[in-house]
Amino acid sequence: MKSAVLVFPGINRERDMARALTLISGRAPAMVWHAETALPAGTDLVVIPGGFSYGDYLRCGAIAARAPIMDAVRAHADKGGLVLAICNGFQIACEAGLLPGALMRNAQLKFICHDAYLRVERSDTPFSRGYNAGQVIRVPVAHGEGNYVADADTLARLEGEGRVLYRYVSPDGALDPAWNINGAINAIAGILNARGNVLGMMPHPENHVEASMGCTDGRGLFAGLVAHVARAA
Amino acid sequence: MKARVTVTLKSGILDPQGKAIEGALKSLGVEGIASVRQGKVFDIEIAGTDKAKAEATLKQAADKLLANTVIENYRVEVSG
Repeated sequence: MKSAVLVFPGINRERDMARALTLISGRAPAMVWHAETALPAGTDLVVIPGGFSYGDYLRCGAIAARAPIMDAVRAHADKGGLVLAICNGFQIACEAGLLPGALMRNAQLKFICHDAYLRVERSDTPFSRGYNAGQVIRVPVAHGEGNYVADADTLARLEGEGRVLYRYVSPDGALDPAWNINGAINAIAGILNARGNVLGMMPHPENHVEASMGCTDGRGLFAGLVAHVARAA
Repeated sequence: MKARVTVTLKSGILDPQGKAIEGALKSLGVEGIASVRQGKVFDIEIAGTDKAKAEATLKQAADKLLANTVIENYRVEVSG
């Protein structure tokens, strides 16, 4: 799997992501600066990593979403290429129109930085084939604006088309407002675009991929992507 | 020319910051406040004197960057 990790000023999770991708795909990703206008030829997966692009000025992800490289990312997605957008990357993807809805300030107004439990809603997508449907995984979150919102029509479409891929749940997989860490509507942690080739999620699977991290629940997401790309080739 | 773009959250979009401000005002004893919604104001200096052109420029700025029209509305004012 050939991957490319986008780098914007203020991003700080790109190296965690590169490490996870190298570890699991066996191939170091290309690091692509935001002012570039093209992705490396043959890129299978574009990752928009987490951090605080442009200091979260104006709105989280708003300025990065208008960077030159984003036209190339849009073209890649339009051709069916894979895009994984994590945390600030999710905010950037929404601002760029790659995904519907928006991410608002956490309902309790606090920056949250701890593990969350996610339920994998389906296993038949490139971003979840490394898991079983209904499986609960433990993945860290670190964000102040992760409270997903969308209008009623968009929400109905997301739910109706099975595009909510990850949801915040209790450790035993139950929907519970106490475990919906940021107040997201329908406890949404991650969504797919209509075509199913773009995933945005607030949690950081790249930070749970090695035994030394205390948990390897994030590996399945990357292993699934590698398997998907290998099969498509 | 001086201009102002005001960006506000659409109705129906939850505004946790506005709610917190509303709560703070109530706890400060400021009476008669029913609700608070937080927004943004951009004061912009426009080159030239063509008011219609300025409004078009500001609308473009708001659509392209200043507002996220998924969740926000905006209003443009040019004071000649």
